[in-house]
Amino acid sequence: MNEKKERIILDVAYQPQVRTEVNTQRIMLDVLIALLPAVCVAVYQFGFHALLVMATSVASAVFFEWGYRKFTKKTASIDDLSAVVTGLLLALTMPANCPAWIPVVGTFFAIVVVKQLYGGIGKNFLNPALAGRAFLLASYSTALSGSYLVPRGLKNAVDAVTMATPLSVLYGEGSMPAIYTIKSMFLGNMPGALGEISTLALLIGGVYLLCRKVITWHIPASFLGTVFLLSLIFGGGGHLGKGEYAIYTLLSGGLMLSATFMATDYATSPVTLKGQLLYGFGCGVLTVLIRKFGAYPEGATYAILIMNLCSWAIDKAFHRHQFGVTKEDIEAQKAAKKAAKEAAK
Amino acid sequence: MSQTFIGGVHPDYMKAPQIPVTVITPPAQVVIPMAQHIGAPCQPLVKKGDHVKMGQKIGENPAPVSAPVHASVSGTVVAVEPRPHPLGDMIMSVVIENDYKDEPEFMEPLTEAERRDPDAILRRIREAGVVGMGGAMFPTAFKIRGGIGKVDKLVINGAECEPYLNGDHLTMLNFPEQLLKGIELVRIASGVEKAYYGIEENKQDAIDLLNSLDPAKYGIEIVPEKVKYPQGAEKMQVYAVTGRSVKPGGLPSGVGANVVSTRTCYAIYQACYEGKPVIERIVSVGGSALAAPVNALTRVGTPFSYLAEQCGGFVKTPRKIVLGGPMMGICATSFDAPNIKGTAGVLFFTEDEDKHEEEPHCIRCGKCIQVCPMRLEPVFMYMYYSKGDFENMEKYHVNDCFECGSCAFNCPARMPLTHAFKTAKLMFQAKAAKEKAAAEAAAAKEAKK
Repeated sequence: MNEKKERIILDVAYQPQVRTEVNTQRIMLDVLIALLPAVCVAVYQFGFHALLVMATSVASAVFFEWGYRKFTKKTASIDDLSAVVTGLLLALTMPANCPAWIPVVGTFFAIVVVKQLYGGIGKNFLNPALAGRAFLLASYSTALSGSYLVPRGLKNAVDAVTMATPLSVLYGEGSMPAIYTIKSMFLGNMPGALGEISTLALLIGGVYLLCRKVITWHIPASFLGTVFLLSLIFGGGGHLGKGEYAIYTLLSGGLMLSATFMATDYATSPVTLKGQLLYGFGCGVLTVLIRKFGAYPEGATYAILIMNLCSWAIDKAFHRHQFGVTKEDIEAQKAAKKAAKEAAK
Repeated sequence: MSQTFIGGVHPDYMKAPQIPVTVITPPAQVVIPMAQHIGAPCQPLVKKGDHVKMGQKIGENPAPVSAPVHASVSGTVVAVEPRPHPLGDMIMSVVIENDYKDEPEFMEPLTEAERRDPDAILRRIREAGVVGMGGAMFPTAFKIRGGIGKVDKLVINGAECEPYLNGDHLTMLNFPEQLLKGIELVRIASGVEKAYYGIEENKQDAIDLLNSLDPAKYGIEIVPEKVKYPQGAEKMQVYAVTGRSVKPGGLPSGVGANVVSTRTCYAIYQACYEGKPVIERIVSVGGSALAAPVNALTRVGTPFSYLAEQCGGFVKTPRKIVLGGPMMGICATSFDAPNIKGTAGVLFFTEDEDKHEEEPHCIRCGKCIQVCPMRLEPVFMYMYYSKGDFENMEKYHVNDCFECGSCAFNCPARMPLTHAFKTAKLMFQAKAAKEKAAAEAAAAKEAKK
């Protein structure tokens, strides 16, 4: 008996010997679950077109992820589901009537250039989906933002195939059409990119992510809060009151999708909670500036990409003091540094 | 309101305090290592062929940081030789053939006057071989002596925040009065007015029971604490109970606090009131290789293979033997190694508990930062570790990591965080030792000139 047991080769490992159930795959699955309401709204409003765009995008994202890892002889990584998330997020920023090759080009840029060339999951410094979108916007802007299909919810009210989005009205000329009430925009009865129209669906997803502790409140709250406050202070004009204007700002464009799902991307946002607050604030300021003064009304995409580039510096700035270091200790350290500087002079 | 600290995780607790204590029949041969504490290992006092009694001192070292070891059974010494030690390596051990008579040779219980005399208590604690039985195994008498005059807050650790372990909880439930008397002895020995007993709220029955026995009479206050790992870590325990933060690199005594574990206090009670040295303890035996967990009152020196047999045998092939709790416990390398004074748990884990990732990729989620009780930034420490950038690792305070494992536990990418930091710390220690040796050699050269 004893001899038999000795033949068992025992594993030896440093602590901890147990780990949480939640792994990367589970987190990505949670993000997909959180996106489900927005996906359902997209399919309801735009029908088969929406499904086609999303399916193409997800399939090509997974293909590029698999193909790149295979081609470069690296370990397979598609089962962490991150490519599915990137593909779906990119599709959700596209109009339903965009040509089918657009998501393929977009996911190639997102997965291969932005993500895999820098080492794959966690190593990229730009959000792949947003970088893919920015690349598409710069290269094929007419195919992407030229015209938006009228959603099913407005078919009875509007006698057209395509129409202008509330966002382009808000930052363009003319007054807001009466069909764009706050309620209809909140529910998603407006033209726009697939996943960006229904604030309600995105909020449900966001709450799910918070409950599952996939994200913390810091980035979305400071991002949306900043946009709301700045719009309240500097916004308004024409027929819209300041309060109304601020609410329309929150409900239109890709802001809600970006603040909940894009800005909270792990790899490209700060890891410290204080840093996340600053990062969200920066995203908010840039979004308002770009929307108001930029040539293009959609500000959230570029705002987040710019803040992505600052994440590393923000994390460095919010380097924490370890347990046991009191305020007095920090002040004493500062005083000692000052004294040393003066002595050097 | 219950007390706690910032950070921490909630592992699956897997506790089974409702399972009554099983007394494990001592094995035919016990193996008693001469090193069951931090500090100078003992020299064997017996030789092959000697007859020993249960409780007889069989190893000692006069060095101040040491603790004697005692025979846990009566019988004949059949070998004095290096044997596998639970913490790895081969360590000089005394092997005793059990005669199953359990002939005792305990010390005289302390008189009432002696139990009021700090010096008498401390001498007895040392003689009984009491060490930190929470797992640190630091000689208790030395620890208390070092705190006299400096320490004004005595903290008793009843958090038992590690999953699987029930020994402290069962001691509270089964021997509440003895436990309070033991804490009183530690309090008197430490020269303080009051002891604070921090207990996690998942042991509410024990808190109520202890409170019903008027702990104030013994100079003890029970402090309920939130259930969170690592509540029982020394620094977190001191912070939760006294609000004081131990300085980086410092000891609790630096802020006037000393932490003594529940089981240690009970061992001190046994040493002073019954004259019984540390020869047995409750070991929580569990893991998926066994059919059911067992709370086993086990003699020191019982080999793990025998312990597993007594606990029902394996239903699955074990892959790891974890000593202590699964969060900070280390792995034994041999089934022949015996349990020692500091072994609070023996867990036989199979691949069911294993969540190892062959090629992990950090996703920078920052979940490690949120849970670190030392407020460190494991994600960056690991990044610098994988680059071999030791300067920056030090800048990010890797040496303040006490290896609680919270970051690695919570890591969805399964990065070997704690492993990396432990390795890095060992390298820093080796470097410091090398530099010290070089400096000493230089000084000696200088002196020769």
